[in-house]
This record gives sequence, C-alpha cells and structure tokens, in this order.
Amino acid sequence: MAAVETHVPAILEIADDCLILGHRLSEWCGHAPILEEEMALANMGLDLLGQARALYAHAGEIEDKGRTEDDLAFLRREREYRNCLLVERRNGDFAHTMLRQFYFAAFMQPFWRDVAAGSTDATLAGIAAKAEKEMAYHLRHSGEWVIRMGDGTEESARRMADAVIELHRYTGELFMASPARQQAIASGLLPDPESLRAEWDETIAAVFNEAKLEMPEIRVMQKGGRDGNHGEDMGHLLAELQFMQRAYPGQTW
Amino acid sequence: MTDRHDLTPLWEVFIRPRNGLHHRHVGSLHAADSALALQAARDVYTRRGEGNSIWVCRSADIAASDPSFAEANFEPADDKIYRHPTFYDIPDEVGHM
Repeated sequence: MAAVETHVPAILEIADDCLILGHRLSEWCGHAPILEEEMALANMGLDLLGQARALYAHAGEIEDKGRTEDDLAFLRREREYRNCLLVERRNGDFAHTMLRQFYFAAFMQPFWRDVAAGSTDATLAGIAAKAEKEMAYHLRHSGEWVIRMGDGTEESARRMADAVIELHRYTGELFMASPARQQAIASGLLPDPESLRAEWDETIAAVFNEAKLEMPEIRVMQKGGRDGNHGEDMGHLLAELQFMQRAYPGQTW
Repeated sequence: MTDRHDLTPLWEVFIRPRNGLHHRHVGSLHAADSALALQAARDVYTRRGEGNSIWVCRSADIAASDPSFAEANFEPADDKIYRHPTFYDIPDEVGHM
C-alpha cells in the first residue's frame, strides 16, 4: 500500500522535527565556539533542512491540495506544527546543543534505517536512505562531544550534566505515537518508535558511560509537541523562521 | 584558564580526491584530538565532494626544512640538468609520458 492522504500528518511530524531542529542549529551561525564547529553546526542544520524539504514536498504531493514545501514550512500557525518538544528547546550553551543533537540523532538514525529498509512508501524509503547516512554522522559527531565534555574539564562536565538534567525529560516524546503516527505504523509506512527504544537506550548508556554522566531518573516525560502544544520559545522561533514569507509573500531567492 | 589553543592544537589536513590518487595537503584546523580533527576536516574541507579519504596529523609532529637553508638545500640541483631525463628520443607511439 502506498502513501495516502491520511499519512500526511504523520510525515509532517517528522518534517517539522527536521525543520525546527535545523533552524535551531542555524541560529548558531556566527556564534559557534570555534570555526570548525561553526561549519559542523551549519552542515548538520543543512542536512536537516534538506530532509525537511524532501518530506514537505512529498507530503504536499500526497495531500494534493496545492500546498508546496514553502507553504508547509513557512505559512502554518504555531499549533499546526507537530514537532516534538526536544527539537524546539533553545540552544542554550554548546553542551545543550550537542546533547539535544545526540538524543535526536540516536533516535533518527535507526528510525531512518528502518524506514529505508521496510517502508511501504517508496519515496519515503528513498528519503530515508539518504537521511540515515546524515544522521549517522550527527550521532557520531554529537556523541564524541558529549563524551569529551562530560569527561572533560570541571566546567564542561558541569555544563553537560546540567544539559542532561534539562533535556532528558523531553526524550520520552520521541517514542510516543500520535494517532496519525499509529495509522502510518499500521500501514507499514513508518516503524513503531517503541521498537527503537532498546537501541536508543543502549546508545545513550554507552556514551554516558564513557562521558561519566549519570542517567537521570525522570518520572514524568514532557510531551505536547505532537498535539501542537509547544513551549513558550516556539512562537519566537517561528517569528524568525517565517518572517520573510510573512513580510514578502511568495518571495524567492 | 587554559589557553584554548593548548586544548585544541593545530592539525594538518590531507585529502585524497579519489582512489588511486595520493592525499594532498588542503589546510589546517584546530581540534582536541585525532577523532575530532577528522570530523572537523570532514566538515570544513569535504563539503563539496572534494574527496573520499582524510588524513590528519599534528602540525607539531611535522619536521620541516629550514627556510634559511633553502639555498643550500635546493640550488645545487639547479645546474644538474642531466638529472632530468630530457635527452632521450621518445617514439611518438609512446604518447604522453
């Protein structure tokens, strides 16, 4: 069974994750701690933007209502964005940004791997094959930094430990399946995120072990992004993200 | 506070454009260790498909010839043109050598 219109919301969830995190990374432009990371952050941001574009274009095509990738990326209201809360969290310091990237990539790399291997939607499988390689790099790069900062200087260890306390509670949402997602899982479009949990746990535990970081015990995971209930920073993010298309509708490069 | 450059020393980067060619020096960067230097090299120097293999080495580990000794090193070779194999007649069939 190929993708049908009811799959659009599920695809948009992933597209929104990629767009919002890509935008967050773009905010580092000109502010990275060293030139080498300036390039790395921008590269990762562009990877995610590329994934978002492909997903928006695909969703727009399936939906067949004439909405383009630009319409979907720039002209929806805040409540219509269905990204998870993790990706919209503010950049904070370099430790926050790298840990957020690590949590996300540790989920997305196996996620895309399974989409590439088994999705009933051939276009999605194609997007996934390319995205998996990109996320494998994000995972390696961010993981190396988590290790070096966690097991680094007194200051870097403190900053990374603070980031874990702040961000870990947002990781639960990666494994929650919205009704739209459940439908996509049932038709073989996407893997069940629950099936990726053990692997994610292992990835995190291995890096935390090397980084000498403690795994926090979170009683209640934060959620809401998949229902369009975003944090207070989301509006500011969208104001920046959407400014050009709102001020100059239809503007192109 | 420790100087940032003590924590992230300079590395030289070599890229091989494709199989069969040799690695060429393309530039340098700062990184804490070889793993991060390789990643930084990938991010800084292979964004446009420049290669398929990267080497890095600490700049401090390169022993370089002394520029002030350049005349003594290299000028003696200038008048020994017999070292260039230009005195052979090469048959046309051999083509470009």
